[in-house]
Amino acid sequence: MRELTYLEPDDTTEAVAAVSGDPEAAYLGGGTNLVDHLKLGLATPSTLVDVTGLPMDTVEVHTSGAEPVMRIGANVRNSDLAAHPVLRAHLPVVSRALLAGASGQIRNQATTGGNLLQRTRCVYFQDTTTPCNKREPGSGCSALQGYGRYNAVLGASDACVATHPSDLAVALAAVDAVVLVQGVDGERRVPFADLHRLPGDEPERDTTLAHGELVTGVELTASPASRTSTYAKVRDRASYAFALVSVAGALDLDEDTVRDVRIAWGGIAHKPWRATVAEDALRGKRLTEDAVREAVEAELADASTTDQSAYKLPMVRNTTAHTLLTLAGQAGDPR
Amino acid sequence: MTLAVDGTEHTVDVDTRTTLLDALRERLGVTSVKKGCDHGQCGACTVLLDGRRHLTCLSLAVAHDGAEVTTASGLGEDDELHPVQQAFLDHDGYQCGYCTPGQVCSAVGALDELKEGHPSHVTEELEGEAEPTEEELRERMSGNLCRCGAYAGILAAVRQAAGEQEVAS
Ligand code: FES
Ligand code: FES
Repeated sequence: MRELTYLEPDDTTEAVAAVSGDPEAAYLGGGTNLVDHLKLGLATPSTLVDVTGLPMDTVEVHTSGAEPVMRIGANVRNSDLAAHPVLRAHLPVVSRALLAGASGQIRNQATTGGNLLQRTRCVYFQDTTTPCNKREPGSGCSALQGYGRYNAVLGASDACVATHPSDLAVALAAVDAVVLVQGVDGERRVPFADLHRLPGDEPERDTTLAHGELVTGVELTASPASRTSTYAKVRDRASYAFALVSVAGALDLDEDTVRDVRIAWGGIAHKPWRATVAEDALRGKRLTEDAVREAVEAELADASTTDQSAYKLPMVRNTTAHTLLTLAGQAGDPR
Repeated sequence: MTLAVDGTEHTVDVDTRTTLLDALRERLGVTSVKKGCDHGQCGACTVLLDGRRHLTCLSLAVAHDGAEVTTASGLGEDDELHPVQQAFLDHDGYQCGYCTPGQVCSAVGALDELKEGHPSHVTEELEGEAEPTEEELRERMSGNLCRCGAYAGILAAVRQAAGEQEVAS
């Protein structure tokens, strides 16, 4: 491992200046992904700027508007956020997604901001002996011809077929979160759909953030749909494994007609995949299994699979149908 | 940096690259914390860090200056075993014992989380209280692997400890 300078900034301005001004500096949050990457040689920063001491560790709930708004500090640990009573009541999909990720220990360590910025678990990305465009731009993609069971089936490119590993990110995509970001020029609000990117010919860039921009928090606004929402994750073992396919769903019904529906998929693409085509197809329709399957089919029109990844299509069809029909059952059952 | 480990204060110089796990084992000689995978995949290195269960292999030591670390050997009082430790003995919750210190620390942390009302992936009603059922305990202990496959005993031990906690509260 390369020699490391470790800094503890006094405030976010100092932190942002330290990383922005040094191309070899990186932020350190809970460390659950980055510390492993240091050991594996996937990340080779010369300086780590530890942001965990900065005052971004609270959840504020604002109830003055029509719907509760949660401002979640980037340092709030995954376990604490999952257990937050307002989240559990108004945005259960987010709580469920967090609880479906990692293990009890890791959820105590991992932060809200760090969870969103974790990197792919593509086996080739994590193996420095193989070519990988994400790790080493221009070296080639080993997953295209190699082990392809985890590969993306939507939005991939010739350069990269990796998937995004975060469960939380899939839920946040479904509920239209806003990411609060601080850079040298001040703060900006990034709609969640604009945070992560598709690989194109720059797979080394997971997000649209500039080097040195710091995620300081996430803002969530509840909605009728978000109150009837959940997260379903299909994986190789019952717990403590990444998703093969996952579905975040939220539903608001008027009798049995869809007033509002949100669908986002994990394990499918380089970014959490918000299924807007399927949502549009369902809005205003009666919610039936056939309607859901038809809508999902429209979303999957451009899917591209290999023998090894083809299983993901029936998996995402079935999981989406199951998720929305389960939510419809809940919506119809007055609690 | 300073670390309080099982009630003893230590001051130690560490390279910035040293993990908390290596600082404990290699620098302070605290071998009750185990290194299994060193990549956050097995739970052998679990301690209670400032009271919460934590993987020491995924933390840099310098990031935890002043922290309070409890390993499995710091759990009991004087000569008394901690109820979770006793339960592991009662139910043969181990075979080779290598994963056991991590299992024990993780179980203590998991039972605290349950008591604080934290839900889990298998909790049916997110807004209700989770009960220490077999399903809940399996899910909550999923971050600790056992190469010997002593899971049946581990589960029985954690169930016993959870039951005692319920009776006591
Ligand atoms: S040694 Fe830390 S999780 Fe395996
Ligand atoms: S008792 Fe041997 S690894 Fe668990």
